[in-house]
Amino acid sequence: MERDDLIVNDSYALNAHHNEEAGAAKRKKIWFVAGLLTLITFIEVVLGIGFKQNSEWWAFIKWSFIILTLFKAAYIVLSFMHLGDESKNLKWTILTPYLMFVAYLLFIAAREGTDMSVLLLNYLGS
Amino acid sequence: MSGEALKQIEKDVLWGGGRSPFSVTYGKMMMWFFLVSDALTFSGLLISLGFFRTGVFGDLEGFWPVGEKVFEALPVLGTGFPLIYVALMTFLLIVSSVTMVLAVEAGHRNDKSSVTKWLVWTVIGGFFFLGSQAWEWYHFIHGSGGYYISADELLVEGEDQSGETISYTVAAGEKVYYGAEHGHSHEEEGHDEHHGHEHASNQKISGMGGDGHDDHAKEEVHEEHSPKVLYLNKYQTSIVTVEDTRTITKLLAAKNENLPETSGADLSSNEYGPQQYANFFFFVTGFHGFHVFSGVILNLIILIMVIKGVMQKRGHYEMVEKTGLYWHFIDLVWVFVFTFFYLV
Repeated sequence: MERDDLIVNDSYALNAHHNEEAGAAKRKKIWFVAGLLTLITFIEVVLGIGFKQNSEWWAFIKWSFIILTLFKAAYIVLSFMHLGDESKNLKWTILTPYLMFVAYLLFIAAREGTDMSVLLLNYLGS
Repeated sequence: MSGEALKQIEKDVLWGGGRSPFSVTYGKMMMWFFLVSDALTFSGLLISLGFFRTGVFGDLEGFWPVGEKVFEALPVLGTGFPLIYVALMTFLLIVSSVTMVLAVEAGHRNDKSSVTKWLVWTVIGGFFFLGSQAWEWYHFIHGSGGYYISADELLVEGEDQSGETISYTVAAGEKVYYGAEHGHSHEEEGHDEHHGHEHASNQKISGMGGDGHDDHAKEEVHEEHSPKVLYLNKYQTSIVTVEDTRTITKLLAAKNENLPETSGADLSSNEYGPQQYANFFFFVTGFHGFHVFSGVILNLIILIMVIKGVMQKRGHYEMVEKTGLYWHFIDLVWVFVFTFFYLV
């Protein structure tokens, strides 16, 4: 099994200094991600205004929102929070519970809420 | 011994057991663990929101309101800007996340003045977000004119959004909304609009207690308030509007004075839709706002430490990174709240 408590070259968090040149590259990436997140938010708002909830496109729009949201979330966690740069084990220790709950949230929103409604209505008999 | 550290680990970063799991410091690891558990709390809130809005509770109490109808006001400019304000809040939070990550990057270069600069911007962004949220709450609580509860069953003819004429039965106890124009009436009166409006509504009601003075009531309604449009539901996608003043007058006259009318929202009633709608708004955005508040406080503390040179003395800016994680998490949660509360 891969050991991840070992310090290989200078990858340890506190040693993660970088010089001005590397910093410039990092800043460029930060601004790129910032632009991307803003763009996604803009698209979401345009879609939200452009399509009404009773339109035949709504199911498609709804899932577009969710997919765009997951993109945003992934960029925030992996890039802004540097989780993409951490060791593989740490990354998946954090991401697994996150992904499980995202999956559950989507399950509720897409399916289970309505099913529970039907079930409870039958059960309550009203 | 093979498999042991290839490089000697500095003593001050080792954990109690003499190891350093995941090659991160204890503090950073624990911040991540806290963020996982905090995510579970927010997941709980959003999942219960999902149950309520698609599930039996939402169906029994009425339909869930549409976000772009409820949140369509801007300060000064009034109504008619669906979701723009919330989008601006989202943008604000993204920008302050960017300034935070720039502060962390500057920390890796031991650049004290840059860290200070970006942290100051982050704190300012945080305060702006809190202010925006305060305005949004104020607007949500005070509402947009409120609704009336129809006392009698009444058959009305109206137009839906596509211009089709349809007849509709307003059941006794059903909510009706009215306005001079499509949602603009109350906003044009400026900042004190709410009190003025409420007063005006009360006047109108006392002027026509359903005692047969129908013509008189009609005049009054027409002159003082001119409710040209009556919404049978203001916060749904399909709105039925009635433009016939006579029907509106009859409807309003039929309203029993003793029945409650609600403007805005509190924890026991709201004009937007099911009770749970307002409760989820208060709880989800409130809990998130509390996180923003504590995040701003943490950022302020770290900012003071940076200015005093504490981090410079330590030789690293990991503290900035750790509060940065918390700050980005707030942004992360807002991304989900934005989608699942406002958009979908």
